[in-house]
Amino acid sequence: MTIQNPKPKIQNRISPAYPLVLPTWIVLGVFFLLPLTILLVISFAQRGTYGSLKPIEDFAQYVRSGKILANYARSLHPIYLQIFWRSVWMAVVTTVLCLALSYPAAYYIAVVAPARRRNFLLGLAVVPFWTSFLIRTYAWMFLLRTEGLINRTLLSAGLISQPLELLYNNFAVLIGLVYGEIPFMILPLYASLEKLDLSLLEASADLGAPRSSTFRRVTVPLTMPGIVAGIILVFVPSLGQFIVSDLLGGARTILAGNLIQNQFAVARNKPFGSAVAFELTAAVLTLLFVYTVYTRKKGQDVLL
Amino acid sequence: MGSEHSVEIRSLTRRFGEVAAVDDVSMDIRRGEFFSLLGPSGCGKTTLLRMIGGFELPTAGRIAIDGADMTDRPPYERPVNMVFQHYALFPHLTVEENVAFGLRYKGVDRKRQSAVVAESLALIQLSGFEKRLPHQLSGGQRQRVALARALALKPSVLLLDEPLGALDQKLRKEVQVQLKHLQRELGITFIFVTHDQEEALTMSDRIAVMNRGRVEQMDEAARVFERPTTEFVANFMGASNFFAARVRESAGGSLTLLLAAGGEVRLPMNGTRYRADEPVRFVVRPEKLDLRARDLSAHGVPSVAVTIEDRVYQGISTVWVVRDGAGERFVVYEQNEKPFEEASRFAVGGRAFLCWNPSHAVMMQPQAASS
Repeated sequence: MTIQNPKPKIQNRISPAYPLVLPTWIVLGVFFLLPLTILLVISFAQRGTYGSLKPIEDFAQYVRSGKILANYARSLHPIYLQIFWRSVWMAVVTTVLCLALSYPAAYYIAVVAPARRRNFLLGLAVVPFWTSFLIRTYAWMFLLRTEGLINRTLLSAGLISQPLELLYNNFAVLIGLVYGEIPFMILPLYASLEKLDLSLLEASADLGAPRSSTFRRVTVPLTMPGIVAGIILVFVPSLGQFIVSDLLGGARTILAGNLIQNQFAVARNKPFGSAVAFELTAAVLTLLFVYTVYTRKKGQDVLL
Repeated sequence: MGSEHSVEIRSLTRRFGEVAAVDDVSMDIRRGEFFSLLGPSGCGKTTLLRMIGGFELPTAGRIAIDGADMTDRPPYERPVNMVFQHYALFPHLTVEENVAFGLRYKGVDRKRQSAVVAESLALIQLSGFEKRLPHQLSGGQRQRVALARALALKPSVLLLDEPLGALDQKLRKEVQVQLKHLQRELGITFIFVTHDQEEALTMSDRIAVMNRGRVEQMDEAARVFERPTTEFVANFMGASNFFAARVRESAGGSLTLLLAAGGEVRLPMNGTRYRADEPVRFVVRPEKLDLRARDLSAHGVPSVAVTIEDRVYQGISTVWVVRDGAGERFVVYEQNEKPFEEASRFAVGGRAFLCWNPSHAVMMQPQAASS
C-alpha cells in the first residue's frame, strides 16, 4: 500500500510565487547560462595570431574537416588526461578528508555541545571567511616552506636535522584545498545534525544498538541530505581550483583549473581554454543530474 | 535482593545543577505489575523513568533490574525497553524495519526475525502495514508500532513515557484499556509515566505519586485515590475539601476533633497517635460529602453549617460550592438520582449542613505546607 505523494500535484500548478522566482532565473540566465553559451561557442573556434579568434571563412568546410572539434580532440591528449585525472583524484581526496574531519566537528557543535555555545562554535568555523582566501593561502606558504614556522620549530626542537619538503607538492595542495573547503562541509552537516531528533538515538540504544550501530543505522541515514550537500559543495569547487595549486603546488601538481587559467592568461588560447572549461562544467552538471534523478527515483527529498 | 521484584530503586538522586529532579527515591516494583509514576510536570517522574532506562545517570543511589545492578549500564545493556513520548520511530525505516530494528542485537537470526515482526504486528493489530513509513501512519498507529517495536524484544520491563499524550480523548480511553489487557496477557512489568490521575487509576495496580522529586505516596491505585496521605496527593486526586481541626480527645478507637469552624466531629482512629490540642487537617472527597437541611450531629453524623455559594448543574451530577463559618470553601458532587424537583432543594445564598460518613474522612500527615 502506498500513499500518493501530494508534492507533484502542487508542482504541476503554476505557482502563485512565480514572480518571486523570476529574479533567480534572471541571475541564472545572465551570469550562468549566457557565459556558458559564449564559452561553448568559443570552444569551437581556433586561436588566431596574438590570441584573437581566427575568422572562419568557409563554415561548411570548417565542420567537415573536423576542425570544429579540434579543441576537444586536443584535450584528450594523455598529458591533459593526466591533469584531469589528478584534478578528480585531488577533489575526491579533499572531499573525503573534509567529510572525515567535519562530521565529528559538526556532530560536536550540533549534538554534544550545550545549546548556548552552538552559535559561538559555529562562528569559529566561519571566522576564516573574514580574511581573503588568497591571504589565508599565503599564510600556509609561510607555515610550510623550508624556512617556515613548522620546519623551524621542528629543527630547533631537534626532531629533524634537514628541513622537510612540505611545500610545492600534492600534500601542500591537499592541505590548502581541505582548509579552504572545510566550512562548506561543516555548515550543511551542522544543519542536518541540528535537525536530528535525539530521541531516535536514544530509541536505538534502547533497542540494544551499541553506539557504532546507532551511528551507522540512524545518524548517518538521517543526515544524508547534509552529507550529500557537503560533498557537492566541496567537490565541485575543488575540481576547478587553481589558486591553491598555483601557490602551494609545484610544476608537477597542475590541476584542470590551472590548465584553464593558463590557456586564457598565459597561452592566450581562448578556444582551447573554453573547451576544457566547458568539459569540466559539463562533467559536474552531469554528476548533479544523475544524483537528482537517482534521489527522485528513490522518492527521497530532492536537494537540487 | 529477592527476585520477586522487577526493579529495585535505592536512594536514587539526580541533580541538574542545584536542582534535585529526583531526590532520594526508593521503591520496589513487583514482577508483572502495572506501576504508574504520577505527578505534575517537573515532579521528576520522567527523569526517574529515564534513569531506569539508562538515558540519565543518577547522581547517587542504585538501580537493580531482575536482581542485577544496572546503575551504570548503558541503555543497550539493560533488559528494559521504552515507548517514547513521541514514539521516536525511525522515519527512514518502514514499520517492519522499525519493529525488527533491535532483534539482531538479541541474537535473533534473519529467518526468525520476520516471524517475530509478524507476531508483534499481529499483537497490536497492524498486520498489513509492514511496508509503510511512519509518516504514512496515524498517531494511534504510530503509538502501536512503538509498542510493537519495544515488545518484540521481549523485555523484562517495559517503560512508557506518557505514550498516550498525543492521542485524542476517545482514542486514549480505548488504548488505556488495550494496554492494560496487553500487560495482563504478557505478564511483563509496565512502568508508566503520566500526569493524568484518571489514566493512572484506570490502568495501574500501584501508583507512586511524585512531587518535587520525591515520592509523596506509593500504594494500590484505589488506596491512593481513597486514602491520600498528604494534601498534595489529595489535591492531585481531585479532593480538595480540607477541614482544619484540633484534637480534643483520642481514646477508645475514636478521635474527637474540634473543627476550626465550630462543632465537634468523631472519626475512627487510623493508628496514628495524636496529642491533645494538636492541630490536624483531614480531607473528605467531594462525592462523599452530602448536603442536608438538618443538623445530624446528634445522630453521630458529622455536620458542618455552611452557606450555599454556587450550584452547577452538569446533567448526571450537580456540583455545589459551599463555605463554612470560618470561610473555608468545600465542593460537593451530588449524583442526580433524586427527582428533579427535589434536586434543587437548596437555593444559592441559603444555608445547609455538610455531612459525611465518619469513615470517609482521611487524616493528613502532619507536614510543612506543600503546594
